[in-house]
Formats: sequence, structure tokens, C-alpha cells
Amino acid sequence: MNATVDNTLDERPEGSDGIDQMGHLVTGELDLSHGVALYLEDITVSFDGFKALNNLNLEINAGELRCIIGPNGAGKTTMMDVITGKTRPDSGKAFFGQTIDLTRLTEPEIAHVGIGRKFQKPTIFEQHTVFENLELAMKTDKRVWKSLMAWLTGDERDRIAETLKMIRLNSEADRPAGLLSHGQKQWLEIGMLLMQEPKLLLLDEPVAGMTDDETMRTAELFVSLAGKHSLVVVEHDMAFVEKLGGLVTVLHEGSVLAEGDLATVQNDQRVIEVYLGR
Amino acid sequence: MRKPLTVRILSALDSKQWLALGIFLALALVAVPVLHLMVPEESAFHVSTYMITLIGKIMCYALVAVAMDLIWGYGGILSLGHGLFFALGGYAFGMYLMRQIGRDGSYQSDLPDFMVFLDWKELPWFWIGSDHIGWSMFLVVAVPAFVAFVFGYFAFRSRIKGVYFSIITQALTYAAMLLFFRNETGFGGNNGFTDFKRILGFPITSSEMRLVLFGLTAVMLAATLVFSAWLVKSKFGRVLTAIRDAESRVMFIGYNPLWYKLTIWVISAVLCGIAGALYVPLVGIINPSEMSPANSIEIAIWVAVGGRGTLIGPIIGAFVVNLAKSWFTVSFPEYWLFFLGLLFIVVTLLLPQGLVGLWKKVMKKEGAAA
Repeated sequence: MNATVDNTLDERPEGSDGIDQMGHLVTGELDLSHGVALYLEDITVSFDGFKALNNLNLEINAGELRCIIGPNGAGKTTMMDVITGKTRPDSGKAFFGQTIDLTRLTEPEIAHVGIGRKFQKPTIFEQHTVFENLELAMKTDKRVWKSLMAWLTGDERDRIAETLKMIRLNSEADRPAGLLSHGQKQWLEIGMLLMQEPKLLLLDEPVAGMTDDETMRTAELFVSLAGKHSLVVVEHDMAFVEKLGGLVTVLHEGSVLAEGDLATVQNDQRVIEVYLGR
Repeated sequence: MRKPLTVRILSALDSKQWLALGIFLALALVAVPVLHLMVPEESAFHVSTYMITLIGKIMCYALVAVAMDLIWGYGGILSLGHGLFFALGGYAFGMYLMRQIGRDGSYQSDLPDFMVFLDWKELPWFWIGSDHIGWSMFLVVAVPAFVAFVFGYFAFRSRIKGVYFSIITQALTYAAMLLFFRNETGFGGNNGFTDFKRILGFPITSSEMRLVLFGLTAVMLAATLVFSAWLVKSKFGRVLTAIRDAESRVMFIGYNPLWYKLTIWVISAVLCGIAGALYVPLVGIINPSEMSPANSIEIAIWVAVGGRGTLIGPIIGAFVVNLAKSWFTVSFPEYWLFFLGLLFIVVTLLLPQGLVGLWKKVMKKEGAAA
């Protein structure tokens, strides 16, 4: 268990309130001045009395790569639903940076402020070509009128080509995305996320259905993204989590059970009881 | 490199498609008038008034079918209330046609006959301006657009989808039908509008006027086809089909599906309204039965039979089903609805891509065999 310690962690001015930039509370401007990208406080979500999230507290630092693990029903997906605006919490705060209150924005608005999400089941546009999938995801003005008049510029084509190369799908660019293998679909969805140029990436089981080789390449990609982006990865594959390094948060019954590097949480008695030691 | 809009619209169809469109327009604007006016009636090549009215009517239906396909085939939203927009357009233009009757009605009054019959002394406020063709044409577009916008905004904002949306549209057109059946609503009650005499002072039943209406319908159908081809090939069209296939993904990459759905919904309603306005002078009558749920369901059947998600499919579907209908309702009137139901089941089960899908399959097989 030699989990690589995420060295970017130490560079952050964690909890340093000294650099306050005159209380600007303008929603829409991402403010990472305190080094916190995502801040969840006492989030509770219940469905018909069942508490999917129970006073969940979570803080993700700017540039951090965080893994979230936990048994089924621990609330991992619900947490992502809250962050992306799909589910409104019954109580609690959810902030992106210092100023953006996520509980007041719609899904498309949250995408615009810079949060990208990959679903557990690869969700791509199967009838569209791989190229078109990336084109639609690309960061741009996404209002109706702009889409009616949109025409790809050379720069935009270059960006799509770059991403195609990164996700190793250049030879598939003009094929319908529905014909891709499961692993390729996962990569395409990751590629779509990158085209959005998000500040925070939420990745729900990104390597499910991938070969070992693909899994390792995905890990390398994520590690290279950290620093510039913040990443939250939900995953069951421990080899993958280990490869990613960074802090691991264990969720259980809707709240945080343990937090630390992989080795620490794997040796935590409570974690072993609920999850790892099954 | 940015291309000007005209270039993009030109590139919406390929050269073969432009050629086909040109041939269609030549037939409608030159061949049909010549064969109707110049060729003697006893000749086999004579195009009868009956044929012109029938084909003109079906072209109106084809226009509705294309509009339906935009929202259903490309947007994935099945409307079972499109007859409403068609009827609204028809009524809006029918108001003008009623005013053009002038004092030639049975009561020799300035008011339309049905108002005299109801003992009304003056025009209701919503009839003001209806004697101007420009205002009527504006209403043809504005009324369906407004109704569609208001209804669509609340339905799509509430994220009503699938069968629920279909049922609500069905209820909407049914409610409108009941409203228009009432004499007090001010649109002629269950008789609707009929006995039209003139458009712009020219007699409406003359051969020339019929040919003009026929030609206008053909041009409108062609223009709609080009516009729709441009629309579905634009990025807007790709977002629309993306919403159809994976709406949540569309939202999470930052598009608000509400405005996309609303845009195509309103465009579709306006096209139906225009079709209705062309239909009413051609067939000479509009009444609330156009809003009956069965009519709206039939529109969906045309599209399903022709092939959803292709632009030529709905046109083929509208022609095939309606030609079959005009033959059936003469030869076996009591069996038409059974046949229509059977057709829908067969198409749904065996031809999910409609006739266009079948054609493509056959061509593929031939290509493989050759």
C-alpha cells in the first residue's frame, strides 16, 4: 500500500482567512481565493423518510483529486446529484468556490459555472458521431440563437481534434457514438467533460467496464488533470483509487465515515466493518 | 471560417435534393395549371378541379406532417394536439374570408351570418381588423405561436414528458374543440366558417384562384422543407436530437432544454397554423371538428407511416395515408378507421422507421446483392 501522497495538498492555504478579497458575493463568479473549490455543509436529503444524505460535510480544495468510496446506498450518487442541481437538499449548504450557491442554480447553470459530471452509466449521444458529441459539449454560448447560427471555427476544430487524440478516439471521429465499446464510451464521456473546460469534475465510476490497460491510462489522465482542475472520483476499483493517490473519503449511510489516504482508511476499523472487511 | 447564412441554407440540401425540389415546383406551378386550364376536360391528361383540391389539401397535411416530425421525430416529443394549431391558423384566416363575404350572405348584413343569427349587433373585439388580409396573416402566425408558447413554457418548465405530455396536448385540443363548439365563443359554433366568396376581391372558387392557392401551398411546402433541412442540420438540430436521446446529459453540459424544446414547439405550431390557413380557402370550410383528438392522432400516424426523423418521410406518409383515405372512404367508408388502426399497428411493429426505413433497407439489400 504505497499510496502516492498528493503533493499539491500542502501548497494550499487551507483555512487561511487572511487573503479575503472584500466580501464579493456575486453569484456567477468562481472565487477560489480561499483554496476551496467545493464546500458542502450539513447536507441532508431524504426520500420518503429515508435519509440518503445525513448531515454530510465535505470540502474539496482547488486542484485536488479526491476519491469517494463507500458501499452501495452510502449516498455517493445523491451527493453528486446535489452538487449538480439535480436534487435539492432538504437542508445544508453547498458552495462552489466562495460565492456560488449551488442550491440555487439549475443544472445548466451549474454546468456553466464550471462543474462537469460523468454519470455512472456512460451517457453520450449514441445517434451522434463521436466528433459531434465533443462539439456539443464544447464550452461556448449555449443559448438557442447561438446554436442556430453556430459554425465551427478552425480553433474549435483543433480543440476537438486535440481532445479526440487525448481520449484516443481520432480514428472513430465520424462513427456514431453508439457503436463504441463500453470503455470507449466512458472515454468519450470524459472527453465531453474536458471539452466543457470545467473547474471541477465529478466522475461517477469512470473506469467501470474498462480493461486494466484502459483503467491505468485513465488514472494517468486524471492525475495529469489534477492541479488545474479539481476532481471528485467515485470508484469501487481499489487498484484504480490507489493509482490516483490523494485523499480518500469513505461515505456510509449518508455521511462521512472516514477520511485520509487510502492506507489509513483501509486500516480504519470502522471502515473495515462497514465496507472493506466484508 | 464563417459562412453566410444563405450559403448555409443552400447547403442544407444536396444537388439531387435541390433538383427534386425544382421538379416538384415545376410540376405544381407550371404543369398542373397548364393541364388544368389548357387541356380539354375529356382528355386523359386533364387535371380536374377535384384532383387539385385533393392534392392541395394533402400538401397542407404534408406541411403539418413535417411540422409534427420536427417536434416528434427530431425532438422526441409526441404531440397529440397538433390539430389545434392547424385549426387556429385556419380560423384566423377564415375570419378574413368571412369578412370578404361582405353583404352577399343570406342576411345581407355587414356581419357574418352566424352573428346575425345570434342577434349580435356589432363585431366582437377580437374580430376587429379581420377585414385586412395582412392582419389575418399576422394572426395565422401569432395565435398558434402564442398558444404554443404559453402552453409549452409551462409544460416544459415542469418537465412534463413522454406520454404525459401527449395526453395533455390531447386534452388541450379537446378543450379547445368544446370551446369552439359554443356559439357564444364567436367563431360560428359547430358550423364554423363556410360559404366563402372572395379573397382580395377575387372569386374564391374560380379555377385561377384555386391554382394560385395550390401553387402557394406547394411553395410553402418546399420552403418548409428547405427551412427544416437547415434547422435539423444546424447545431440547434443536433442539440435537439441530443435532448431526444439523453436529456440529462444535455443539461449537464450546459444547455437548457426548456428553450430548445420551446423553440421547436413554437416553430412547429406556426407551420401548422400556416398549413391551416392555406387549407381553409382550398376546401372552403373550417369547423371545430378539425380540433377533434382523432385528427391530431392521424397526424402522428402520417409521420409514423412515412418515417420519423427524416424530412421526406412525413410528406410520403401524408400522401400515402390520405390517398388511401380518399379511396377507402369512397369504396368502403365503414372500414376506414379499422384500416387506419391496422396501419398504425403494422407500422409500429414491423416498420419502426416507416416507409423511408423500408426503402433504405431494400436499397441496402440490393446494394449488397449487386
